[in-house]
Amino acid sequence: MSDATTSAPRARRFKVSRQLLPYLLSLPALLTCIGILIPFLTAVWYSLQRYRLSQPWNRGFNWGQNYLNFMTDSAFWNTLKVSMTYAFATVALELLLGLGIALLLQKRNRFNNFVSIMLLMPLMTAPALASLMWKLMTNPGFGILSYFATLLGFEDFRWASDPKTAMMTVVIVDIWVYTPFIMILLLAGLRSLPKQPFEAAALDGVPRPFVFWRITLPMLTPFLLTATLFRVIESIQQFDIIYAMTQGGPGDKLTVFQVEAYLNFFQSTNVGRSAALLMILWAITYTLSNIFIKNWLRLREKQRGNA
Amino acid sequence: MSKKEKQLAEAFVAGKIGRRELIKGMSALGVTAATAGVLVNAAATQALAQNGFDWKKHDGTSIKLLLNKHPYTDAMIANLENFKVLTGMDVQYDVFPEDVYFDKVTAALSSGSSEYDAFMTGAYMTWTYGPAGWCDDLNEYISDASKTNPDYNWEDVLEGVRKSCAWNGRPGGALGSDDAKQWCIPLAYEQNNLTYNKRIFDANGLAVPTNLDELLGTAAAAKSAMNGGYGIGVRGSRSWATIHPGFLSGYTNFGQVDLNVGADGKLTAAMNTDVSKQFHSKWVQMIQESGAPDWSTHTWYQVGTDVGAGKSAMMFDADILGYFMNGAGNAEAGNLAFSAFKANPDAAAPTPNIWIWSMSMSSFSKQKDAAWYFLQWATGPEHDLFGAREMDLVNPARSSVWADEMFRNKLSNSYSGYVEMHDVSAPGASIKFTAQPLFFDLTTEWAATLQKMVAKEVPVDEGLDMLAESVNRQLNEAGL
Repeated sequence: MSDATTSAPRARRFKVSRQLLPYLLSLPALLTCIGILIPFLTAVWYSLQRYRLSQPWNRGFNWGQNYLNFMTDSAFWNTLKVSMTYAFATVALELLLGLGIALLLQKRNRFNNFVSIMLLMPLMTAPALASLMWKLMTNPGFGILSYFATLLGFEDFRWASDPKTAMMTVVIVDIWVYTPFIMILLLAGLRSLPKQPFEAAALDGVPRPFVFWRITLPMLTPFLLTATLFRVIESIQQFDIIYAMTQGGPGDKLTVFQVEAYLNFFQSTNVGRSAALLMILWAITYTLSNIFIKNWLRLREKQRGNA
Repeated sequence: MSKKEKQLAEAFVAGKIGRRELIKGMSALGVTAATAGVLVNAAATQALAQNGFDWKKHDGTSIKLLLNKHPYTDAMIANLENFKVLTGMDVQYDVFPEDVYFDKVTAALSSGSSEYDAFMTGAYMTWTYGPAGWCDDLNEYISDASKTNPDYNWEDVLEGVRKSCAWNGRPGGALGSDDAKQWCIPLAYEQNNLTYNKRIFDANGLAVPTNLDELLGTAAAAKSAMNGGYGIGVRGSRSWATIHPGFLSGYTNFGQVDLNVGADGKLTAAMNTDVSKQFHSKWVQMIQESGAPDWSTHTWYQVGTDVGAGKSAMMFDADILGYFMNGAGNAEAGNLAFSAFKANPDAAAPTPNIWIWSMSMSSFSKQKDAAWYFLQWATGPEHDLFGAREMDLVNPARSSVWADEMFRNKLSNSYSGYVEMHDVSAPGASIKFTAQPLFFDLTTEWAATLQKMVAKEVPVDEGLDMLAESVNRQLNEAGL
């Protein structure tokens, strides 16, 4: 009995050849890659077609025509402009605010630790829910923020309903949700910086602005780049905040890429145009990511060289 | 059901006793009004089984439905047990909220999934689903005596509603034409008319407006009389749904159309005529002067809840929205009243555009005959009557139900002017859009243009010319 139990596993032992092993080890990554590549290539395929679900008889390859149409399509240029404006405004303001808050909370003590945890709360709220919350707060009839706006002398302030203030309103919501992300990343960066340069500057009596511009900021740049990279990628692909608040309106003030592509597919069932829009968005995201990653690597090399 | 309860229900279905006697008798037996309704429908279902039609043909079959969360769905589910008893079939269903419902339908059908045998839809959506080959022409079933209950009485469905669900698939083809395919069958429908707050109107000596000019004046007067409220609720979000209710109903009352259909079948934009520009100007002025401050984000939900909460004095939207807002749980419950609305003083009658919640059959279903049994039951006269009398299946799509005294009394007792409104406007009620594949693109752009006009970003004349140019370009690109 005991012989049988001890000898059985030895008999079933499976040997993997040395040549096959690397492929087997990388199989999970390969499968994940396939899971990403199949939808991606399908989207590329669709983007090269005249493909509208409501006109199946018209379906056929038009190769780059969907992309060429964008050149003369004012709606596309508007989408590009709105997406870039939104991404730039949100990321710039979030970086400024996030850095400011991180600097204020840099010193480790109970109060700062507590505040930094509390400030993470918006990040834990689903952006769509946050948008609905802000939609209520900015309701001109009963919203608390509309009430404060009236107190400040802004009578009949219409927030996201007014084309003049719609962008500002959704940017504020984005800042409320995502500034904590940048803050926590930069706070971790600030607290991990080596102490020696700061101690040396303090001994020499270097003014604080000089320390910030010449020591803190350059050393924090990799963290800033990382935060910017994540936020730019996410911001340029914004959907939930804008769709939940305005569905891309008023007019075409907030028709960012994802909203436009979503409406093109689910409402207009224009698969070809929707896929082409998403391919352009992918190209922009890919380019920006490359720029950021190259700069980040360059900085890392530089810092290693300096070290 | 006890023998006595059964006898009472059967006597009522046979017309031997009235509702009063039924309720009195059921009360004596300790049965509540709601339960009595289900018992009566069970008796009606048994009567249905006695007309020689083989309701048990698909006994043991199970079908699955894709449904939208709605009072019509609630009525269907409340009565479902009777269908199961009648046919011996099992019915599974998924219910999704309206916000995501049509995304789910599009995803399910475009993938060719056979998970769902039948689904709820609006007639506009079938202009995509039909040509795409996602739903079947139900004429084949309606006209097949071996598959359809002889008492189904298809002609009983209101003509404008019935025809609005049928299209021949040719862009610009008339709805309900002889060669049209019946892509869906109406469950119930909504007309767009005026719902007004009688309390506010009486307190401020306001008369119910009878045309667009009066509507503007009354809305402005109501706004100045109300403390913090606004005059009129209409939809304003950047969506096709902003165009189809009050806006299009008023627009077509002036003899205007969205698109012209040429002799060669080509479509061209028709929204920049002089009459259309005048109508748009007044509509825009009405919103600017008396509409909701956040109008551009208003969907049916905000329009309805505001009138139900007394924030707006009236709304030009779906009559059933007013019906629900007049019910318990709303601040203004019991204060809302209804009026048919003819925007054009020279028009003979109102011309409300309609939204129709309907049932369609998935082309990917593997048990279409069984699914048809469910469809004909769910849209049949017995269930329609049950829904109208006992649940909130308003507006029923069948003329026999509108003739039912019990239903009419139910409405007249609690919904001031509702029956009269319906009777006046129903003859002119139908879908007023031109059926074509770019429906959602063009109407969404129309709504976005309206938003720009209200925000004074573009003058009405210029905005409509730009819209017409863009519409023509898109039609041309799509070969329409």
